[in-house]
Amino acid sequence: MSDAAEQNLYAPREPIFPRDVKGRFRRLKWGIMALTLAVYYITPWLRWDRGVDLPDQAVLVDLAGRRFYFFWIEIWPHEFYFVAGLLIMAGLGLFLFTSALGRVWCGYACPQTVWTDLFLYVERRIEGDRNAQLRLLKAPWGLRKLRLRMTKWALWLLIAVATGGAWVFYFADAPTLFSDLVTLSAAPVAYSTIGVLTATTFVLGGFMREQVCIYMCPWPRIQAAMMDEDTLTVAYRDWRGEPRGKAKKAQLGEAPPDLRGDCIDCMACVNVCPVGIDIRDGQQMECITCALCIDACDDIMTKLGKPRGLVDYLALSDESRERAGNAPIPAWRHILRTRTIAYTLIWALCGVMLVYALFVRASIDFTVAQIRNPQFVTLSDGAIRNTYDIRLRNKNGEPRTFILTVLGSDDIGLSIEGRASNETLVPADQTALHRVYLLAPRGTDAAAFERTEIKFWVEDSLTGERVSVGSHFNGKGTR
Amino acid sequence: MMADQTEVDNVTGTETTGHDWDGIKELNTPLPRWWLYTLYGTIIWGIGYTIAFPAWPLLEGATSGLLGYSTRGELQEDIDKFKAQNADLAARLVGVDLAELPKDDPAYHFAVAGGAAIFRAACSQCHGAGAAGALGYPNLLDDDWLWGGTLDDIAYTVRHGIRNETDFDARWSEMPAYGEILEEEEIADTVEHVLSLSGQEHDAEMARAGAVHFADHCAACHGDGGEGMRDLGAPRLNDSIALYGDSRSDLTYTITNARFGVMPAFGLRLDDAEIAAVTLYLHQLGGGE
Repeated sequence: MSDAAEQNLYAPREPIFPRDVKGRFRRLKWGIMALTLAVYYITPWLRWDRGVDLPDQAVLVDLAGRRFYFFWIEIWPHEFYFVAGLLIMAGLGLFLFTSALGRVWCGYACPQTVWTDLFLYVERRIEGDRNAQLRLLKAPWGLRKLRLRMTKWALWLLIAVATGGAWVFYFADAPTLFSDLVTLSAAPVAYSTIGVLTATTFVLGGFMREQVCIYMCPWPRIQAAMMDEDTLTVAYRDWRGEPRGKAKKAQLGEAPPDLRGDCIDCMACVNVCPVGIDIRDGQQMECITCALCIDACDDIMTKLGKPRGLVDYLALSDESRERAGNAPIPAWRHILRTRTIAYTLIWALCGVMLVYALFVRASIDFTVAQIRNPQFVTLSDGAIRNTYDIRLRNKNGEPRTFILTVLGSDDIGLSIEGRASNETLVPADQTALHRVYLLAPRGTDAAAFERTEIKFWVEDSLTGERVSVGSHFNGKGTR
Repeated sequence: MMADQTEVDNVTGTETTGHDWDGIKELNTPLPRWWLYTLYGTIIWGIGYTIAFPAWPLLEGATSGLLGYSTRGELQEDIDKFKAQNADLAARLVGVDLAELPKDDPAYHFAVAGGAAIFRAACSQCHGAGAAGALGYPNLLDDDWLWGGTLDDIAYTVRHGIRNETDFDARWSEMPAYGEILEEEEIADTVEHVLSLSGQEHDAEMARAGAVHFADHCAACHGDGGEGMRDLGAPRLNDSIALYGDSRSDLTYTITNARFGVMPAFGLRLDDAEIAAVTLYLHQLGGGE
C-alpha cells in the first residue's frame, strides 16, 4: 500500500514549550498552586488532641484500625456513608463548576495541571524560557546540555519523591513514619507506595503532561455533555479579531487598517499554551481552560492600545449576541441561571444533610443482631431463650462502663454470656461484642407468643446518656 | 473505498478512514507513539507472564510456570503462617485446665474463634450451623446434656465420640428395643407415665400402670423420677427437651424400637489444641456447665 508511507498510524509526541506569561490569571494560578500544594504537603503534619489513647494526627486514614480521623470528626467503618456523601457532593460540585465555567477544574486545580505547572516552572528556571528550551532541544548533546538536563531531572525527581512521600503520611503517624523512612525501618508497602507515586509524578508531570489530559483522562470526553450555550470557557472573539494580520503590515497600509481585525497573528496565545493548541481554531477537546492565552493576548492588546478581551472567558451564546452588535452581558448573568442554581441547591442540601447526620449521631453506638439460627432455644425447665449479638462502640477517648437493660415485657430477663452482671467495660475507641441472652420462663406470655416487641437500652454509667434499639423476642407461638 | 484512493480532510489535513456516515467522515488521526509502545510493552509483559506463571493449558493440567507459583501453595503458606503465628496461643490450650483460662485471655479468644471455624467444618453437618441440632441430633445451645456439659465432659465426647467402633474409649450405652420385651398395652401405659414425668397431658390411670413397668425396666438407667443418668448417656425424661420428640407416637416408637445416635471420634481428626478450641467454643454457646 503506497499510502501507508504517507501517513503513519502512530505519531511521536510534539514537544511543547509554553512561554512564560504574566497576568491576572497567571497570578491566580500561582495562588491556587501555592494553596493546593501547601494543603497537600502540610496537612499530615497538623496535630489534634483526642486524648491519650487516640492518635493526635489531625487528618489520618488508619487502615489497620479501620478509622478515619478528620480534626474533631472520627468516622468508623459503619459510617462510611459520610464518605459516600462527600463523594456525591464532589460529583455535584463538578457538575456545578462545569456547567458554569467549563473545565475550570482541569485548568486550575487538577493535580496533573498543578504538578505540570510546577515542573514547567522548574524547567524554565534551569533551561530558560521557550526559545532557550527550543535551542537546547536542537543543540547536540554536550556537557552543558547534559548538566542542564540532569539538574532539571534531579529537581523533578526531588519533587516527585516529596509528592509520593507526602501521600503515605496520611496513612500513618507522620513524624513516626518520617523517622522510620529515614532510618530505613518503615514498612515495605510505604516504600513501594512512595516508589510508584514518585514514578507516576515524575513521568506524568515531566514527560506525559498534556498526553494525560488528551488520551488518558475521561473527563474531557464527559465535559461536553455538561456544558451548554451559557457555559463560560476560554474562547477567541474571531468576529473582532478576523481577518488577522501582522500589525506592521497593517500600519504600512498594505491593506486598509479598518478592514483588518484586532488579531495581529503574533502567536502569543499559541506560544503560552501548555497543551499546544491554537485557541483561535475554536473550542477544542484539548483545551483545559487554563486561561494563560487570555493573559498573553491581553498583554499584546494593551501594548497596541486596543481593548483587552480578544481572547476571553466567553459563552457560546455571546457569539451571536456580539455579532448582532448587542452589548456583551456580564459574566454573573452567565453563571447565575436555573441549572447552576439547581446544582447549588442540591449540593447544599447534601451538605446540610451530612452536617445534620454528623451532629445527631450519638456518642454511644450499639447494634443488635438477633441470632435466628435457631430462632429460640427451649431450656430443660421449659423456659424460652433468645440470643442476640450486641455490638457496643465506645467512641470516647477513655474506657466506659455500659449498663444493658431490656424493656417491653416484664417476663423477660437479661444476661450476658460469661458475665455475672449486665454491665460491661468497653476500652477507649473500641468495639465490644457480647452475646446477650433473654430468658422468658415457661408459661409466660413472652414464652408463649410468637413474637414480642422489645427494646434494648444502653446507659453510659459515667454520663447517664441512654440510647435504645428496638428488637423482638421469639416465643413458641402457642398462644 | 479502495485503499489507494485515500482522501485527505481539508480542515485538518488528516486522512479519512474512508468510512462515510450520512456525509460525516471519520478522520484517521494517528495514535500517539507512546501508546503503541505501551501496547508492545504489555504484549512482552504478557508473554513473560505466561512463562513465569501457570498459564498454558495442556492435556493434563497446565504449564506450571518458572516461578512455581500456585494458589493452593499460597493458601498453604497462609495457613502455615497463621499456625506459626498462633503456635504460642495454641500451645497454651494443651495440657491445662480449660476452666482456669480467663475469658479476657487472648488464648481464650483465639480458641473460641478457632473453635467456631472447626465447628462449621466438622460438627455443623449433624448439629446444624447454629448448633441447634435436629431430631436425633442434640441441640448444643440448651442446658440439657446427655453425657455432661462441663469442659472435661465435652472434650471427652469430642475426642472419643459416641457408640463408634473406631475408638475403644468411645462413650457407649444401648437401650433395648422394648417391642420384643413388653406387650403393646404395657408400652402404651409406660408412654403415659413418661408423659406425666415431663408434665404433659396424660391418662392418669394408664400412667399408674405404666409406673410399674417404668420402675422395672427404665428406672435403672433413666432414674426413678426420670432424672436421667449421664454416666450411661441416659436422657432426662422429666424436662422439656426430648431428643427424639415427646409426642405420644414419638415416645411409643422410641420405646418399641429404641433409638440412639452415633458420633465419630474427632480425636482421630483434630489435634489436642483443636479439640480444646472447639470445646471452649461449645461451652460458651449458652449451655456450658
